[in-house]
Amino acid sequence: MVIVNALVQGVLLGGLFAMAALGLSIAFGILRVVNLAHGEIMTVGAYLAAVALSSLGVDVWVSLLLVVPLLGVVGYWVQRLLLQRALTLGELAPLLVTFGIAIIIPNALIELFTTNKQAIPTGSLAVRSIRVADGVSIGVLPLLTMVIAVLLIAGTQQFLARTRSGRYMRAAADDSDTLRLMGVDHRRVYASAMGLAFAIAALAGVFFGMRQGGVTPFDGQLMVLFAFEAVIIGGLGSLWGTLAGGIVLGVAQTLAGVVSPELPLLVGNLVFLAVLVLRPTGIVRSKVVA
Amino acid sequence: MTSLVPGEVRVDRLRRRMITVQIIGAGVILALAMAPYVFEPSITSQWIKLFYLITLATAWNLLAGFAGMVSVGQQAYIGLGAYGVFVFNDLGLDPYSSALVASLAIGAIAFALSFVAFRLRGGYFAIGTWVIAEAARQIVIRFDSLGAGRGRGISDYTADPVMRNLFTYWLALGIVVATLIGTLFLLRSRLGVALQSVRDNEVAARALGVDVSRAKRIVFVLAAVMAALAGAVICLQQIGVQSPSQIFSVSFSAFMVFMVLIGGIGTLEGPIIGAIVYYVMDLYFSQMGLWYLVVLGVLAIAITLFLPQGIWGALRSRFDITLFPVGHRVVATSRPAGAAPAGPGEPRPNRTTDATAASATTEG
Repeated sequence: MVIVNALVQGVLLGGLFAMAALGLSIAFGILRVVNLAHGEIMTVGAYLAAVALSSLGVDVWVSLLLVVPLLGVVGYWVQRLLLQRALTLGELAPLLVTFGIAIIIPNALIELFTTNKQAIPTGSLAVRSIRVADGVSIGVLPLLTMVIAVLLIAGTQQFLARTRSGRYMRAAADDSDTLRLMGVDHRRVYASAMGLAFAIAALAGVFFGMRQGGVTPFDGQLMVLFAFEAVIIGGLGSLWGTLAGGIVLGVAQTLAGVVSPELPLLVGNLVFLAVLVLRPTGIVRSKVVA
Repeated sequence: MTSLVPGEVRVDRLRRRMITVQIIGAGVILALAMAPYVFEPSITSQWIKLFYLITLATAWNLLAGFAGMVSVGQQAYIGLGAYGVFVFNDLGLDPYSSALVASLAIGAIAFALSFVAFRLRGGYFAIGTWVIAEAARQIVIRFDSLGAGRGRGISDYTADPVMRNLFTYWLALGIVVATLIGTLFLLRSRLGVALQSVRDNEVAARALGVDVSRAKRIVFVLAAVMAALAGAVICLQQIGVQSPSQIFSVSFSAFMVFMVLIGGIGTLEGPIIGAIVYYVMDLYFSQMGLWYLVVLGVLAIAITLFLPQGIWGALRSRFDITLFPVGHRVVATSRPAGAAPAGPGEPRPNRTTDATAASATTEG
């Protein structure tokens, strides 16, 4: 039963990883930018929610309505003002810019908020769970996270496949020069895609914070690695692959946690490296969407 | 040689300047080696930091500037280098030999890891190296003999603090000198031409028959060995490792990125200048706490966007200077190759530090 429970919890944890990975996947799929600061954007989202709660008394769910669009706007302008210029300078520049951001944010957060955990309480939701069988119970919050992750992936898929903006984004990914010839400002398309990636990152960050009961400045480093591992395990270019990758990573971590509480991170990393060696294209056959 | 260019062509490898560099370089090295006899130990021991910073910056520049591999996981080898000192010290070697032996062992580890890391490209390569660094830290802290998560000191060490400082100083100097000389000759070699062509255009390099992945693998291993040596020096200077999360910190990568960018990526001189800039900044601003890192991050972004060639690149494009000759000049001559360029009009020195196709073929 312990194993079954670990499996169930791992699958649900995978939902969180998939949500974290989705933004990274969008940014890479459309802009070919690997956002090394992705985890830090998640942390910022969680911090905004925590601060809104502690200083204004805004409920976490209400603050999501504010935090997610706000970081979407931030993402739009980060792309327009910093990354767009970097993209014209070659392959290294966008990486170095996002790495710069990844260094700035956690250190600024430590100076502003100390290293203490900023609480993101969710009231009774954090402890409520549904008992499925003896020794196996599903937490409401992880279940909710999984449902939202699935909805987000499906929504993004549909958005890219069916809407005009989604078509522009796919076109920009394939051939931005031709898109410009068609009279579409590729910079705005790129910026919208980055805004979308940031918004989803913020959402994932708040959910990560809720799961942990709070957020610390060091969470970003962990999360960017989780998100990245989920993307690679799942297979580059596949949105549903991120869900599969997230689940593999989540199960690996919870199963390792059964053996020893110190092992989950190491085993997660080793599983990732093993997939990289044995199946570098990822576990889901990639049908390039974005 | 078939005439690719009208008239005779001679490739100038800047041999005369290379000789000047060797003479001046030998003088500087000798002066630095004698420095502990002139200055107080407290002063020279501070230079140790500068030496390992130059080593780290040069290593990262080889990776990113020449082989196009942005790694944010070099701290893996810094940490392993530091812990390698403990491993071989416990086996009975003295700490200084341990540092050297450990770095060779880590070169072998890096060779194996390259097969994992090279599955990824570009940005994903960057995060992949970061994962490897995290995994390395998580494995190291599972060993109680290495102090687990607490760090540890070197048990068997030179007792006299003056001698200890002196030996560490010479070791650090030796490492930085070996790094720089090694890099200079590497870049002047056939492999260096291959690397510079990879830097400028990987696809074209492949098309010309450059074995890109072999060249990259060699650089990956060399950079790991250099980082390991730097890590060992850090360990020797601090007489141990304060905490695994410090020696395996991603901040090391931030420092390397900063030094190389501000100095000038893809040049041999840039990282040295960058390391000196960083060293001086560190002396004056490190009491700012972590805001200091924030400033470094902001500067790194600003340089990437607005001064992509860095300080040295800007100087070089303005004054046409080179400290270390690693480039080629294709010089058109009216007389057979080897003769001095004569007559006005026809000498057409194309200043190229990039390995052009013409110079790559003459190399072969």
